[in-house]
Amino acid sequence: MTNLDAPGSRRRLTGWGRTVPSVAHVARPGSPEALETLVATASARGATARGLGRAYGDAAQNGGGIVLDCTALDGIGAIDVGAGGATITVGGGTSLEAILRAVLPAGWCLPVLPGTRHVTVGGAIAADVHGKNHHRVGAFSAHVEAFTLHAATGERRTVTRASDPVLFEATTGGMGLTGVIIDATLCLVPIETRLMRVTTMHTADLDATMRALADADGGHAYSVAWLDLASGRGRGMVGAADHATRADAPDASLEAAPRALRLTTPPLPVSVVNRATVRVFNEAWFRRPVPREALQPIESYLAPLDALDAWPRLYGPGGLLQYQCALPAGEEPALRAIVEAIRHAPTVPALAVLKRFGPGSDAPLSFPLEGWTLAVDFPAGHAALGAFLDTLDERVAAAGGRVYLAKDARMRAEIVPLMYPRLDEWRETQSRMDPRGIFTSDLDRRLHLTRGSQA
Amino acid sequence: MTSPLGHPRTVLILGGGSDIAFAIARALIARGTGAFVLAGRHPDVIEARAAALRAAGATAVEVAAFDAEQIDAHEAIVAQAFQRARAISGDVDLALIAFGLIDEASVLDETPAAAGHVAMVNFAGAVSSGLAVAQQLSAQGHGTLVVLSSLAGQRSRPSILPYGAAKAGLDAFTSGLEEALRGSGVRVVSVRPGWVRTRMTANRRSAPFATSPERVASDVLRGLDRGDRVVWTPRLLRLVAPILRLMPRGVFRLLARSR
Ligand SMILES: Cc1cc2nc3c(=O)[nH]c(=O)nc-3n(C[C@H](O)[C@H](O)[C@H](O)COP(=O)(O)OP(=O)(O)OC[C@H]3O[C@@H](n4cnc5c(N)ncnc54)[C@H](O)[C@@H]3O)c2cc1C
Ligand SMILES: NC(=O)c1ccc[n+]([C@@H]2O[C@H](COP(=O)([O-])OP(=O)(O)OC[C@H]3O[C@@H](n4cnc5c(N)ncnc54)[C@H](OP(=O)(O)O)[C@@H]3O)[C@@H](O)[C@H]2O)c1
Repeated sequence: MTNLDAPGSRRRLTGWGRTVPSVAHVARPGSPEALETLVATASARGATARGLGRAYGDAAQNGGGIVLDCTALDGIGAIDVGAGGATITVGGGTSLEAILRAVLPAGWCLPVLPGTRHVTVGGAIAADVHGKNHHRVGAFSAHVEAFTLHAATGERRTVTRASDPVLFEATTGGMGLTGVIIDATLCLVPIETRLMRVTTMHTADLDATMRALADADGGHAYSVAWLDLASGRGRGMVGAADHATRADAPDASLEAAPRALRLTTPPLPVSVVNRATVRVFNEAWFRRPVPREALQPIESYLAPLDALDAWPRLYGPGGLLQYQCALPAGEEPALRAIVEAIRHAPTVPALAVLKRFGPGSDAPLSFPLEGWTLAVDFPAGHAALGAFLDTLDERVAAAGGRVYLAKDARMRAEIVPLMYPRLDEWRETQSRMDPRGIFTSDLDRRLHLTRGSQA
Repeated sequence: MTSPLGHPRTVLILGGGSDIAFAIARALIARGTGAFVLAGRHPDVIEARAAALRAAGATAVEVAAFDAEQIDAHEAIVAQAFQRARAISGDVDLALIAFGLIDEASVLDETPAAAGHVAMVNFAGAVSSGLAVAQQLSAQGHGTLVVLSSLAGQRSRPSILPYGAAKAGLDAFTSGLEEALRGSGVRVVSVRPGWVRTRMTANRRSAPFATSPERVASDVLRGLDRGDRVVWTPRLLRLVAPILRLMPRGVFRLLARSR
């Protein structure tokens, strides 16, 4: 593999929400050695790792500095089946999609998959991503055996939970700021078919949805709810699922991939997401006949939006802003109040997703905490939305909750230590790994995460 | 970073004592801007403005010394201002060049030195400090430079000839600078007000299309939202400017004399 772009090809980058652009020198190292050379050339504006750019905000941007496109640091090793289960070693820039293509036919699956397969392993570790099965299995990093980190000092280190627990946890959820993940060894779980057995039910209001989710979690590995915030009482739809066994689908083959459909969205001059279209869409979505039980391919169940390429374009040139927060168990009144506030937000909340989290991890900046998570999409660009979301931040922080850094493009720096009370402890590790402050990002400078971010 | 909702978080103002800049700053605070660095010639004036911005809701305001005529110092002063902005908040999202000096007398009654100072402040000082700002913004890969020019730059009356000529030169500079900055992530906006009721015009007779600093501020924010390169304020001037440029000399002379 060759270094396709010299450091010097200036490109305007945004996150998935297409807001807050900045121009950086983008380089795509094809080997750990090329990466090392690039990191060594970093100027005062530093360097940022970037995977597939699926973070919604400015986490994988670095205005004026270097952005290391890690997607050429890819590669998939052989499945290593041992007594305790199977693992696989992959490059940090490998997409989860590519890994699934390699392991599903052999009867293995990744234990944690976010709502899109188009993320890299590095991005999944850096944001410590969660799936619809968090209540059972925890977040992505719970299933990472080891990773190799390229540190700012030029040192390359293999990190396991046993070898350096502090660095392991500072990196999982650490938004790329402790170093670049070059490769990782991931645990796999066995599957009997490539299908999910999905149960869907309708709920009348928020309380019914919350109850149904709690019930679903007891009996099912995966669960999630959609909320229609544009309707009167806030009806919902709860989906629960498990990997289908051979008994569920005797004819299913592991080898043949269920057919995937891919549509693309043209860039639109205006946003087609507004109160009227959302009402119509939600009406169709919530009223469409869903079989109570169905079999669905793993890919399309876990990542329904992947079939519609570049869908944020529907939000027009202003882009899209996703607000995702987590609230601790016991803070249900706060959750209800927040949902109620969002129903009266200055712009229409298009899609709202509610899910229960199981216990969080020990990583200081990892997002999930035991309780609830709510994700809401807003069209960006409305002047009053900023102040509104600032008040939501305050409510979330007051309830002991937090906002997901991988989705954020707008939070204020002051609120972050309230949401992530172990920030200082993380800073200690980060600055030990990166004393000269080389790894940074637009997110870092905005939220003052690292000690060097205000230089 | 400018928030996805379009408001800059951190703002630098050169000419921090300007009435128009003050109105723009207050309008930005109302939208959520928190941090300012105000640079200007008279510390007491700037300090008073800083206090007023804090009272209006700004979370952090720093002041710095800046003289538009001290061209050799601009690069260092601007670099320091960017550093202080980062220390209190973050990268400078929006920089405003707001200083300006207007002629005290009609051109043939003016001392050549006074005319030279007017040209120096409005043109040379704006070129050097504007370029220093543009280079800093370009190095951070994002940001907006807003330059206060004037309708007077379209065609100059003898009563403010050096001023109008300097603003015309400034317009040529900013439009060329914008071209030079293509691909850098930096935006340049030229604001061209007509007659605005401020300290600058306090002892002068009002002109047609007179407006307030608040109105200028709301037009500037609208222009920023829309992605405009030139903001005429009041907005009607967009139509007036070409007429002013093209009208026969005789008619222009009559208009200029009536003022
Ligand atoms: C449709 C959609 C659905 C989503 N659903 C979920 C979900 O259900 N659950 C969830 O948790 N998230 C979800 N996300 C968010 C997404 O999983 C995360 O933002 C993830 O980090 C994106 O990975 P990426 O490879 O695109 O990384 P990028 O977006 O490019 O980068 C994200 C962060 O990872 C860092 N990073 C990237 N590569 C490396 C590396 N090699 N080494 C070190 N750091 C690195 C970057 O510096 C940055 O801080 C969703 C996103 C989309 C668009
Ligand atoms: N008012 C109008 O009708 C009008 C119309 C079109 C364009 N404009 C432009 O709008 C901008 C703002 O003007 P305004 O109306 O707000 O007037 P203002 O209140 O008088 O502001 C002008 C500012 O420029 C500063 N200044 C002058 N010389 C300077 C120097 N050498 N170094 C540093 N600062 C200096 C002044 O500072 P001191 O306090 O030190 O004097 C003053 O704060 C100017 O560029 C002006 O040309 C104004």
